[in-house]
Amino acid sequence: MAETALTNTIEPPARPGGWRGIAADWSSDQRAFKNVSWGKAMMWIFLLSDTFIFSCFLLSYMTARMSTTVPWPNPSEVFALTIGDKRIPLILIAIMTFILISSSGTMAMAVNFGYRRDRVKTAALMLATAAFGATFVGMQAFEWTKLILEGVRPWGNPWGAAQFGASFFMITGFHGTHVTIGVIFLIAIARKVLRGDFDVERRGFFTSRKGHYEIVEITGLYWHFVDLVWVFIFALFYLW
Amino acid sequence: MVDVPFDTVAGVPPAEVGEVDLYHPKSWWTRYVFSQDAKVIAIQYSITAMSIGMVALVLSWLMRLQLGFPGTFSFIDPNQYLQFITMHGMIMVIYLLTALFLGGFGNYLIPLMVGARDMVFPYVNMLSYWVYLLAVVVLVSTFFVPGGPTGAGWTLYPPQAILSGTPGQDWGIILMLASLILFIIGFTMGGLNYVVTVLQARTRGMTLMRLPLTVWGIFTATVMALLAFPALLVASVMLLLDRLLGTSFFMPTLVEMGQLTKYGGGSPILFQHLFWFFGHPEVYIVALPAFGIISDLISVHARKNIFGYRMMVWAIVAIGALSFVVWAHHMYVSGMHPYFGFFFATTTLIIAIPTAIKVYNWVLTLWRGDIHLTIPMLFALAFIVTFVNGGLTGLFLGNVVVDVPLSDTMFVVAHFHMVMGIAPIMAVFGGIYHWYPKITGRMLNEVLGRFHFWVSFLGAYAIFFPMHYLGLLGMPRRYHDIGETAFVPASAHDLNAFMSVAALIVGFAQLVFLFNLVWSLFKGKEAGGNPWGAASLEWQTPETPPGHGNWGKDLPIVYRWAYDYSVPGAARDFVPQNEPPAGLLAQGAGP
Repeated sequence: MAETALTNTIEPPARPGGWRGIAADWSSDQRAFKNVSWGKAMMWIFLLSDTFIFSCFLLSYMTARMSTTVPWPNPSEVFALTIGDKRIPLILIAIMTFILISSSGTMAMAVNFGYRRDRVKTAALMLATAAFGATFVGMQAFEWTKLILEGVRPWGNPWGAAQFGASFFMITGFHGTHVTIGVIFLIAIARKVLRGDFDVERRGFFTSRKGHYEIVEITGLYWHFVDLVWVFIFALFYLW
Repeated sequence: MVDVPFDTVAGVPPAEVGEVDLYHPKSWWTRYVFSQDAKVIAIQYSITAMSIGMVALVLSWLMRLQLGFPGTFSFIDPNQYLQFITMHGMIMVIYLLTALFLGGFGNYLIPLMVGARDMVFPYVNMLSYWVYLLAVVVLVSTFFVPGGPTGAGWTLYPPQAILSGTPGQDWGIILMLASLILFIIGFTMGGLNYVVTVLQARTRGMTLMRLPLTVWGIFTATVMALLAFPALLVASVMLLLDRLLGTSFFMPTLVEMGQLTKYGGGSPILFQHLFWFFGHPEVYIVALPAFGIISDLISVHARKNIFGYRMMVWAIVAIGALSFVVWAHHMYVSGMHPYFGFFFATTTLIIAIPTAIKVYNWVLTLWRGDIHLTIPMLFALAFIVTFVNGGLTGLFLGNVVVDVPLSDTMFVVAHFHMVMGIAPIMAVFGGIYHWYPKITGRMLNEVLGRFHFWVSFLGAYAIFFPMHYLGLLGMPRRYHDIGETAFVPASAHDLNAFMSVAALIVGFAQLVFLFNLVWSLFKGKEAGGNPWGAASLEWQTPETPPGHGNWGKDLPIVYRWAYDYSVPGAARDFVPQNEPPAGLLAQGAGP
């Protein structure tokens, strides 16, 4: 439980390091991961499960792309924008990637300020992260609109393999949903931070448990994971 | 085995994690319906799972009626027959066994066995149940939509699953996939709870190597489920898109009713890989909790410590890990590369090693034990027999050259019903007879219980033993009516009729069991706190049934493993896990 890890935890005596330490922790009583709260453990395990979901999506896409007998549309051309009179490949995706990775930076800073109990800065940085995330989703919506106007559909497109549109909409849609959920999560937690819930240990509406600044870090774990997934999507879908 | 990490001078160190506020119910609704107490959630899970399981049981009767007496029951047409087998398989594997072992037994036993007050996140745990219930409602609704439930077989293989020749193409398949997606979401919420509770919320003195094997089985199965269900989720989403949006992830170019379909370029084999990457671990998701429960039942009722506890734990973990690299043994006839078959046959046969270790250890636990043939013990013994039986036919099917002629015959049906149908259900029954006194405070009726056991056990053999023979004769599975096929002798038809009658009788015995569950709730013999004289922690609660928060004022402290039975020199023939050794005074929960 988050609060207990931060308030009531008694530091165990010095433990051996390295592999011996891991063996000692796993053969001890009470907790296998010492000094890891319940919430953080749960988020890590969830992310492991989610990793399998995205892996399955990406492997399925790669299978489809490798086994198709018709040409696969060239992503450099499909995802190019004409700015001025220059046609720049992948420019929008590059900007989106830059924005999402920047949001990881603000998120990391928010976690830092959270543990210093700096309410305003933490909330501001979380809202900045959420704004980056929302911008990312907005640009993705723009990209979807552009492709749909050019005739790309889940069941076909003008340039080649039908699985191109299917995989594109499915994978970016699933990732975009993750980002959107993250944005909502960030705004909700930022509101709690700003209100001072974690300073007065206000109880959650549903869970009736006390909240703690650690939730900022747990939100951060999720957010960094979503960023990391995007790096793989970027590499495997756009750069391949 | 008394190994105490606490030294007698310093006493028991304080808890690393302080007491956690529980949600205290304020009304009848939050106490019994929207409850956050894992014990209530467990009972809700169990009742829902058993109710939907009854539907699957009735479906199996209808299938057996058709197979045993073809042409007699005009209301079962070929389409309906396919719908019955699909829903029977899907319900039994996922909505009954997975939900009952993990949601039912897991929720009830994990907090009690590790010495926690509840799951780590009770609110999420509650949501898990309600999403599961929604999945079940969506599943049941397919019986009432136009076209009925899907008849694609529980494996839902495309392309046939979404083509018009398959019953339930309109709504059935869509709702089936939606229900699976909901189930996975609900399960994930519960599963995260079970894993974190076992890893991070154990009581003082409860090391991982002192956990009862039931917890080890459920824990490993939950970890596996969290890693295997994603593949099913992805496969379901993609198949749903193929059906709804006309994408072609799994659909090749094909002609249907003389018309070229809109699909093209997809890979049906890809679905099979995704499905079985989930589907094979799923077998062990159902089997590992059963292994754990059986280990505990045998040890308690033979009054003997489990033989080779560490080996048992490592065997569970090894089986869990290996089960992720064997999935394509379900696909020997799918046309994949023959070298893959070689690889997957090898890994499949390697699983026999840890499984055999477990079986030997059960038998060695029984050896020279003080065996009490109570009803849980009878079911435990029946589990070993049926599991060994199903496992041995698995050796046939795991080898490519033997599997190919046996593929899609009744031999396969007999094999998987023995190994992951009958055997886990025996563990479920054994577990219910064993823990019902803790859950309700009353014993289940002995006479009805013995009747239930003998009819179910002998009846299961009457159904599935002849089925192996039919399979060897070449009788195909999933056929509505095998007709006048020359290679099937008349005696096979008689056997089919015999099996159908046996199935009806076994089904009737399950009704007796359900009656027993309800009757004993009111009229059963008072059980007391620990009727079996068991050493593990769940029997040491201050109240029976355990109250809110499980442990009264102070959490228990664990000094030993869960298997101290017939210890020489001890006052009783069992030593509870929380009984301090001589020289170390019992302590309160500390500061």
